[in-house]
Amino acid sequence: MELPLSALGWDERAYISSVSGQPDMVRRLRELGFLPGTGVCCELISPAGSPAAYRVRGALIALRKRDADMVMVASDREREE
Amino acid sequence: MNRMAEVERPGPQGRIVALAGNPNVGKSTLFNALTGLHQHTGNWPGKTVAVAQGEYVHRERRFLLIDLPGTYSMNAHSAEEEITRDFLQSGQADATVVVCDATCLERSLIFALQVMEQTKNVVLCVNLLDEARSRGMQIDLAQLARLLRVPVVGTCAGRGEGLEELMDEVEYISHPASDHGIPREACTQEERVREAERCVAMAVTCRKEDPLAGQRRIDRLLTSKKTGIPLMLLLLGGILWLTIVASNIPSQILSDSLFAAGETVRDALHAAGAPAWLTGVLIDGVYRVLAWVVSVMLPPMAIFFPLFTLLEDLGYLPRVAFVLDHAFHRAGACGKQSLTMCQGLGCNACGVTGCRIIDSPRERLLAIVTNSLVPCNGRFPTLIALITIFFLGNAQGAWSGVLAAAMLLGVLVLGVGMTLAVSRVLSATVLRGVPSSFALELPPYRRPQVGQVVVRSVLDRTLFVLGRAVAVAAPAGLVIWLCANVSVGSETILSHITAALDPVGRLMGMDGVILMAFILGWPANEIVVPIVLMAYLSQGTLVEAGELDTMGQLLRENGWTELTALCTILFSLFHWPCSTTCLTVAKETGSAKWTALAVVVPTLVGVCLCTLVATVGKMLL
Repeated sequence: MELPLSALGWDERAYISSVSGQPDMVRRLRELGFLPGTGVCCELISPAGSPAAYRVRGALIALRKRDADMVMVASDREREE
Repeated sequence: MNRMAEVERPGPQGRIVALAGNPNVGKSTLFNALTGLHQHTGNWPGKTVAVAQGEYVHRERRFLLIDLPGTYSMNAHSAEEEITRDFLQSGQADATVVVCDATCLERSLIFALQVMEQTKNVVLCVNLLDEARSRGMQIDLAQLARLLRVPVVGTCAGRGEGLEELMDEVEYISHPASDHGIPREACTQEERVREAERCVAMAVTCRKEDPLAGQRRIDRLLTSKKTGIPLMLLLLGGILWLTIVASNIPSQILSDSLFAAGETVRDALHAAGAPAWLTGVLIDGVYRVLAWVVSVMLPPMAIFFPLFTLLEDLGYLPRVAFVLDHAFHRAGACGKQSLTMCQGLGCNACGVTGCRIIDSPRERLLAIVTNSLVPCNGRFPTLIALITIFFLGNAQGAWSGVLAAAMLLGVLVLGVGMTLAVSRVLSATVLRGVPSSFALELPPYRRPQVGQVVVRSVLDRTLFVLGRAVAVAAPAGLVIWLCANVSVGSETILSHITAALDPVGRLMGMDGVILMAFILGWPANEIVVPIVLMAYLSQGTLVEAGELDTMGQLLRENGWTELTALCTILFSLFHWPCSTTCLTVAKETGSAKWTALAVVVPTLVGVCLCTLVATVGKMLL
């Protein structure tokens, strides 16, 4: 099942399936390592719920909910199946 | 457009070496370690925006090192990327060192591959090896060199490890006769990513299962719903408390010795038969203001600054930005504004320069215009002194320090709240727009280089403030003395000026003297209180010592009440930025209009707030 990155809770892992939306932000996200097939893990959620910080390719990147919505992920289990 | 100026070769045999890499990989630390040049390196992404240059000598050959801004790519998407790309493409560098983060090698390599397509003679420097080791990561540097076909050197720049080897490789590869490594063939981002993944898979082995579990627990505590904000306030309050408590002793010693020395000089001048006006000018004018600044103002600044820098080096500030981002988002601003706001606590001019990390021009202007709404280091002593004198009541001993810190924290929170409110108003009016997208990297916590931070900030900061005291406070003291002693008509010039300012000052709960002090204190906020004291002293009363008790007595004798102190605190928090900050705003925005706004906005806030407080206060009392 596909869901936006922002739907991940603490310590939930998933694989990126697509990144789409406003071109500048898509490019920035790709440079930061948010690419299809990459594993991500939600590590921190700020007091207000947005932003949240995701571990991707070894780095911890904070994204606002609106921007994290541009990244679609598939849950960990699905990929194993 | 080529924005990079031509770099001058250091002598005919000298070589030019570019330093490139992602933000926060320790590039500036490496630069400092190699050149010994003092350049501040904070632990947050995008700190190095200006291009720094420095020289080192290796095997009797001079090398000019160019510290290019940290970027994630070279798509010329921002000014930093453009500078980096233009410089590398200009072919001025004889060699390029790409600095990689060993703990985050994959992403570093994607950028390194992009650099290798632009230029030849690349040396890959895998930095932060110690950090990677402590996380259980093993990196096969030889394998990496084979895969990438460039020299690879491992370093721990913070400890100075691997620098010798790096300089050897740079010397070898930058030799004019050598033709090492032609640029790689250009390829797509996907291909670079695959290549980086392949290299990491073949050269990096990870032993520990979850090396960052400890840091994550701390991070959870510092950013979660229940504990994030309370811990942030506690941490800042703790620093303020340390500042207040620790500055008492040096303050006392400095004040005793400086004022005693002043009397000795006065006696000596008197004995030498110097005329009374000369003694007046030198001792009562110039020297006394200097002594006030050094004894009362300097210690809190010299203590707060290194403490704050330690917190910055540790990597805590990006967490502050993370926790506060939602509030800034709702105010229509960029989350990175909390970083520049924090920088403003150290120095507003630095905070304004720091706004370069914000990409969107609209959000950058918001951050610049509102920066001086948080008090800088130079205003802390004023706030601390007034709180201690007027608002601690009968609090004694340890409790008084805690109470003072809590009140100072309250003043800071008011500044932050005003920053958010003003940002919100501005983004609904003159700086209209919706918040843009942003991504903030939260770097891992790193052990701060304590010795280096303390020595550097105490020395740099102390010397800077002392220098400014001599350059600004001394002439200001002279002007005040002259104004107080030269009469026009039946009144002194000082009386004329303060009488003219008095109605406005009274309206805002202060008086003409205080307002004049704020105006004369434009070049440096730390001289405001000394000028107030000078002006009162020159009008008759004679107080010798620079202690807070006597200072309080003097202020009360001149009609100060708690309301006066409160309004002065508020006006100190919200008034025009100091001259250095104004100049910096003008330089950064390149526009008279925005500079004017940066002056008018905080002034307007201060005038309105003080008038309101004074009016309400007078009705209640």
